[in-house]
Amino acid sequence: MKGYGKYFGKKIIWFLITLVAAVILNFILPRLMPNDPVAAITARTAEGISDVSAVKRIYETYAEQFGTNKPIPTQFYLFVKNALRGDFGLSFSQYPRSVSDIISSAIWWTIALQLPAIIVGWLLGNILGALAAYIRKGFDKVVMPACLLASSMPAFGMAVILLVIFGITLKVAPTSGAYSYTMIPNLSWKFIKSVIEHYQLPFWSIVIIAIGGQAIGMRSMSIYELNADYVKYSRFLGIKDGKIVRYVFRNAMLPQVTGLALSLGSMVGGALVAEIIFSYPGIGTSILQAVTMADYPLLSATTLIITLMVLIATFVIDIIYGFIDPRVKAAQFDS
Amino acid sequence: MKHTLRQIFHSPKFVTGFVIFSFLLILMLIYPLISPGNPLEMVGLGTFFKPGVYVNVYDSVNTELHTLKLEDAAQKRIDSVLSDEDRVAMVNWLTAIGIDVEDIDISDTGALLELWWGNYDRSIRPEGMTKALRNYYERLNNRLNSIKNSDDIIIAEAGEEDGELIKTATITDTDYVNVGDVANVKFLPLGTDNFGRDVLKQLVAAAKTSLMIGIIAGCIATFIGLTLGLLAGYIGGVVDDIIMFFTNIFTVIPSFVILILISYSISQDNRGATTVAIVIGCTAWIWTARSVRSQVISLRNRDHVNLSRLSGHSLIKILLRDILPYIASYVVMALILQISSAILAEAQLSLLGLGPKTTEVPTLGLMMNWAMLYSAHLNGSWWAYFPVIFTIALISFSLNLMNTGLDQIFNPTLRD
Repeated sequence: MKGYGKYFGKKIIWFLITLVAAVILNFILPRLMPNDPVAAITARTAEGISDVSAVKRIYETYAEQFGTNKPIPTQFYLFVKNALRGDFGLSFSQYPRSVSDIISSAIWWTIALQLPAIIVGWLLGNILGALAAYIRKGFDKVVMPACLLASSMPAFGMAVILLVIFGITLKVAPTSGAYSYTMIPNLSWKFIKSVIEHYQLPFWSIVIIAIGGQAIGMRSMSIYELNADYVKYSRFLGIKDGKIVRYVFRNAMLPQVTGLALSLGSMVGGALVAEIIFSYPGIGTSILQAVTMADYPLLSATTLIITLMVLIATFVIDIIYGFIDPRVKAAQFDS
Repeated sequence: MKHTLRQIFHSPKFVTGFVIFSFLLILMLIYPLISPGNPLEMVGLGTFFKPGVYVNVYDSVNTELHTLKLEDAAQKRIDSVLSDEDRVAMVNWLTAIGIDVEDIDISDTGALLELWWGNYDRSIRPEGMTKALRNYYERLNNRLNSIKNSDDIIIAEAGEEDGELIKTATITDTDYVNVGDVANVKFLPLGTDNFGRDVLKQLVAAAKTSLMIGIIAGCIATFIGLTLGLLAGYIGGVVDDIIMFFTNIFTVIPSFVILILISYSISQDNRGATTVAIVIGCTAWIWTARSVRSQVISLRNRDHVNLSRLSGHSLIKILLRDILPYIASYVVMALILQISSAILAEAQLSLLGLGPKTTEVPTLGLMMNWAMLYSAHLNGSWWAYFPVIFTIALISFSLNLMNTGLDQIFNPTLRD
């Protein structure tokens, strides 16, 4: 167990370091910029007010609310303290709703949409890539360019195209929202059916893009492995093709697991933008709202939450990787 | 070098990608010459004009008229006026008076009209039909008749003194003008967008700006990544530890989030296309740094590098002359990928409303953003968003294709 302990210990330390770095960045980036975010918000609110002292009062109120009139270390202390309690202040755009309230209602939609979509896309992509590498010939010639095209497409582009084809032209799926707007969320079959119907288009638009990217990576890895010496040697020994393919698949899989951990950030980013196209009530739509309504507290909190989600997901993948990577396993047996 | 180039241009994937990319580049250079002018000029007063040829009505009235006798002219005229609702209503009326309309296709105007004119009589009062509805049918019938009988249209001018209308010309249903004779004809191949701008002209300019953003961001990212990767890989030790510490942190923190935070803080007025490109470039170097480092580590202890070090060559000289040539092919591939992902990043930022400011230059992301804000995808104005998505996909597809082609050449194990 010692090998695992060391591996996991290292991963946990890295997780904590990255978490601290993420929080610091989230705190410091907006404050590093030449433009004072509080001044920007004041400018929006005070539009049309010509009284200088009134504008000054507005500025001071906001500065007080954000604590920007305090020294930086105190600000950071308050920021962390409040963030730990899940308190991100009040939203500007949906006043008097609190930011944590908005996020807690949005985040489950995003997780329920992205987690299955990325997993399904990753699995299908790997299977397709491995098949393309193994079968070659005609299959590869068709699948490869198709995957390349799918992965070249921005997620929002795929979302718009699916929406227009299936939602508007064929009218087989609803075009916006996460459930029919005549309904109130509850646990009835009718509501669940509506949610599933609204789920289809956003889900597939993310899946198709993920398939494209993963299939290309898996194909290269598999071709690389299929040309490796151990495969030739196994063939020479007369080991059955099916068994060799299993070895190849396992070996090609490992880099793909790490690849998923590393590309998670950009996948989530793309999927967030795709959410906007469907007005899916997730974090992506919240970010758009925060940007258009200059809702600074909401923006800061949503970005922090996304970073946290990606960090946790990466951490989980790293832990899973530890269990399936023979090198980590070997280290355990050695000790 | 010459040999490598020849090899590269023998790869079908690279060549396909290269041809698509060059075609786009040539289009970007030539189209502004054919159709000069400011791409942000609002030509149309109104939103989302359909693609097509726009003929000035005022001019066409004053253009020399020709008479053409075309048999299906009247039919076509009615065809274009008769809406689907009207057709359904006509069928309903016919059913109401008990005529068998089972096998009539409502898009077949000729057959429908034949039945209509054969049967319609305003004195018939189908059972249960309100007066309002009967009046509607009467109006419909009158309208159809006036098109059928082709009443002339009279052009009149208001008299200078008393404002009395004076007839100046009559236009009959057989009058035609040659489009070439009309002074003002505007061809809008992709219609106009929500501001009334020519979409194609804007698209070409936007593709150019987006590509420029991609190239600036790609170069910055590759430069930072290359420098850090070379230093970390070659020097090792504490330098490596420090660089890798930051690289590891930034691989996990999504660069998209950092992009959002920085772009938001810069504020709309200060975000030009170049600023956005620089910001994207500064957040995208992580991948390049990681892979350059691992490649440099495998090169670090090669004999020629050791020899160079023993000869007392400077660090920079060793890096540039003994290590860089070995990873040059990789760096080019990384640059290509950086360009394509920077174009995507700009588009995504713009969709969130964090792109370059709108008034100066069009970019692909901004065009997409405006089309979405004005729900072009919901009201059927495909020309406002589809060409944009297509262009983005085509640019990154061609770049990715070139990259795969290069990959297969420089990694012989991947070859088919």
